[in-house]
Amino acid sequence: MARAVTTQRKALNTAIAWAIGLLIFFPILWTILTSFKTEAQAIADPPVFLFFDWTLENYAVVQERSNYMRFLWNSVFIAGGSTILGIIIAVPAAWSMAFVPSKRTKDILLWMLSTKMLPAVGVLYPIYLIFIKLGILDSRLGLTVVLMLINLPIIVWMLYTYFKEIPGEILEAARMDGASLRNEILYVLTPMAIPGIASTLLLNFILAWNEAFWTLNLTAAQAAPLTAFIASYSSPEGLFFAKLSAASTMAIAPILILGWFSQKQLVRGLTFGAVK
Amino acid sequence: MATQHSRSAARLMMAPAVILLLGWMLVPLIMTLWFSFRKYLPLRGGDQGWVGLENYARFISSSSFWPAVQTTLIIVGGVLIITVAFGIVLALLLDQPMWGQGVVRILVIAPFFVMPTVSALVWKNMFMDPVNGILAHLWKFFGAEPVQWLSQESLQSIVMIVSWQWLPFATLILLTAVQSLDSEQLEAAEMDGAPFLKRFWFIILPHLSRAITIVILIQTIFLLSIFAEIFVTTGGAFGTRTLTYLIFQRVLESQNVGLGSAGGVYAIILANIVALFLMRIVGKNLDT
Amino acid sequence: MGRIQLNQVQKKFGDVEVIPPLDLEINDGEFVVFVGPSGCGKSTLLRLIAGLEDTTAGHIEIDGDDATMLPPAKRGLAMVFQSYALYPHMSVRKNIAFPMRMAKIPQDEQDRRISSAAKALNLTDYLDRRPGQLSGGQRQRVAIGRAIVREPAAFLFDEPLSNLDAALRVGMRMEISELHKKLATTMVYVTHDQVEAMTMADKIVVLHAGVIEQVGSPLELYRNPRNLFVAGFIGSPKMNFVEGSEAAKHNAQTIGIRPEHIDVSTTEGAWQGTVGVAEHLGSDTFIHIHGIPGCDPMTVRASGDVMVNHGDTVYLTPHEEHIHKFDAQGLRIG
Repeated sequence: MARAVTTQRKALNTAIAWAIGLLIFFPILWTILTSFKTEAQAIADPPVFLFFDWTLENYAVVQERSNYMRFLWNSVFIAGGSTILGIIIAVPAAWSMAFVPSKRTKDILLWMLSTKMLPAVGVLYPIYLIFIKLGILDSRLGLTVVLMLINLPIIVWMLYTYFKEIPGEILEAARMDGASLRNEILYVLTPMAIPGIASTLLLNFILAWNEAFWTLNLTAAQAAPLTAFIASYSSPEGLFFAKLSAASTMAIAPILILGWFSQKQLVRGLTFGAVK
Repeated sequence: MATQHSRSAARLMMAPAVILLLGWMLVPLIMTLWFSFRKYLPLRGGDQGWVGLENYARFISSSSFWPAVQTTLIIVGGVLIITVAFGIVLALLLDQPMWGQGVVRILVIAPFFVMPTVSALVWKNMFMDPVNGILAHLWKFFGAEPVQWLSQESLQSIVMIVSWQWLPFATLILLTAVQSLDSEQLEAAEMDGAPFLKRFWFIILPHLSRAITIVILIQTIFLLSIFAEIFVTTGGAFGTRTLTYLIFQRVLESQNVGLGSAGGVYAIILANIVALFLMRIVGKNLDT
Repeated sequence: MGRIQLNQVQKKFGDVEVIPPLDLEINDGEFVVFVGPSGCGKSTLLRLIAGLEDTTAGHIEIDGDDATMLPPAKRGLAMVFQSYALYPHMSVRKNIAFPMRMAKIPQDEQDRRISSAAKALNLTDYLDRRPGQLSGGQRQRVAIGRAIVREPAAFLFDEPLSNLDAALRVGMRMEISELHKKLATTMVYVTHDQVEAMTMADKIVVLHAGVIEQVGSPLELYRNPRNLFVAGFIGSPKMNFVEGSEAAKHNAQTIGIRPEHIDVSTTEGAWQGTVGVAEHLGSDTFIHIHGIPGCDPMTVRASGDVMVNHGDTVYLTPHEEHIHKFDAQGLRIG
């Protein structure tokens, strides 16, 4: 809205909005700050906000005690692997739906979304059983496949909406220019859809990174990602505020940064294009 | 607008995604259905045969069922009301001209990217701890008795934590919808002398109705299956056992798979009812 | 070589028959224009030849080989699209090189063809730009360049000039005609603009509702239109159709007289009428005349010096030898 507003009005807006924004952000900010305190300062009464002796000690302790790097690697492997695998399977499917639509395309798309609505707990035991039978319980591979499957509908959907925006004539031109289907997708469609593919990658990486039902229930020691790493701090003996904060900061920092880049695509991805 | 070649290629290229999702949906679903009709205790005698609808009857008549339904409804309803109401206010606020709009937006959205286990743990310990939590300090500062958040006000506490996580989602979607509002329409109403409340009620709210519906439907689906927040904070104690958590306990903690599966079927039916409405809206949107 | 033959080619979309079975022969080196009003199936026909659509029935032969089932990539044809369909993520050079890259033509040969095409099309200075940085006319040239380097059996043009402004269109029209003279390759060109058809074609195919109304050279179509549709579609301003007693005098249901085949006089003539709108183009004046029985208004093309005003009474005399006669079915007689 390009409307003239008075400076006072704008200042008021700014003050209210910043106050609310900081209030909402405060738990995260507080966690980050606390991670740099000593344990004593972390539970000081009254609480100290900024004026304390900053220390990195907690990060060292957390890494030493719980082998943070292994959990981090598991998270990266599982979230990254499931997203890339999902994209590889989804690109051809989205191509088909966007450029060779048939009467059933809409039904297939909706059906795919409906699988996303299946409550995980309803199929927990069968999946658990299958994982035991296949010997992939507590394995990165197993978890990667599951997360790929739960995010596949969103990936197909997002790519479909991005592909729809590419004019079909350009793909026809590629076909006339002698490109095989593989080359058409590889050299023409994919480069043109790079922004869309990138945001799809980003959003689904975040969703997989934060997924906390299957990662908690299908892993134990070997394949546990950061969600489980943090959950292990909920037991009373792990209750040290500063270290808890350091562990939390390490678990959310990478994704917070990625998340800020993907905020625009978030709406499209999570509402299946119903809100633009 | 396609040839036989491209149509058969399309079918072939759609096949992996379709087959995988079909398998992912059907295999566990059929197994759950199968288990739900059997007495199946993996640690206490294994599969003990067909019991018909007994598991369904037992799951519903168990003393924990109705409280779990109630808990689920309170959490879902509470979070929906809070996130939608505050989401609308925040969306309208963020749409106003101000300095540092981008930064405020980022601050507001941030909680969505915090993994559920982290947010539950941070809230549980650093905010809701009755001795050392920030909220306890705040209460003491005003001379009040600190609240035993997660044991005495457990349900409210969970609603608060989950609302904090989902408020960004509601805000972001509603903000997108607010921004698509035709400003000329608002200006016309302003010229006609409509006060803010009237403009909100007759122009803004109807414009947002679709986005609100979508927020409600999508959040409902996710909220029905929240897990980590309860797993980490109360472990289902103090009246925070939702339907999802109850089923989880039946299946993995007490290893009564038959009973848990019957509960799972109920959960699936419940989710499908919500999903049906969502699909309608999304499907309609596909035509345009 | 580029001889294209359509045998009983038919196209249906679902139950709708867009093109009833038709035969057509396009000879090697010919410039053929498909012309007709929008929705007449001309673009569909082109896409059938290209292989972007399947034929429902019938066969398409290219140089004597049955190409009906061949995918577009294997037909050896090049196409220039209405929207140009350039690859936005590639430079002009890469755009032009793309078909050669797909055909695995050696790099030095690619470079040679690119530079000669660029020179011919005035694109040498733009080779490293992206399509987004070019004007409409330049994009059009890139699209043509991309088609040329393939050295195709035939070029297919799908309304290539409709996105350009009027002045540019005339220029590009000449360039394409010149290109045809130089390459002597078969070109199939789709347009709804009969001026483009008349000026460029060796052979015009007039299409109406998927049916070929007439095939012939521009002058044949102008002089001997086979039916009312072709008569009305070819020629600008449109042919005047006269019905009723005047037509009956010539033993026809309808007679047609082109505006350039009528003499105007302020004193005497066969028909009397009043001047409506007079469009002064400088060289010519198009006068719309009301009050002629069986035809209202009648358009007359007079020389630029003729000065008439709105409301003047004028007298018209048609050139008897240029009167076209049509029967009740709209077919030409005599």
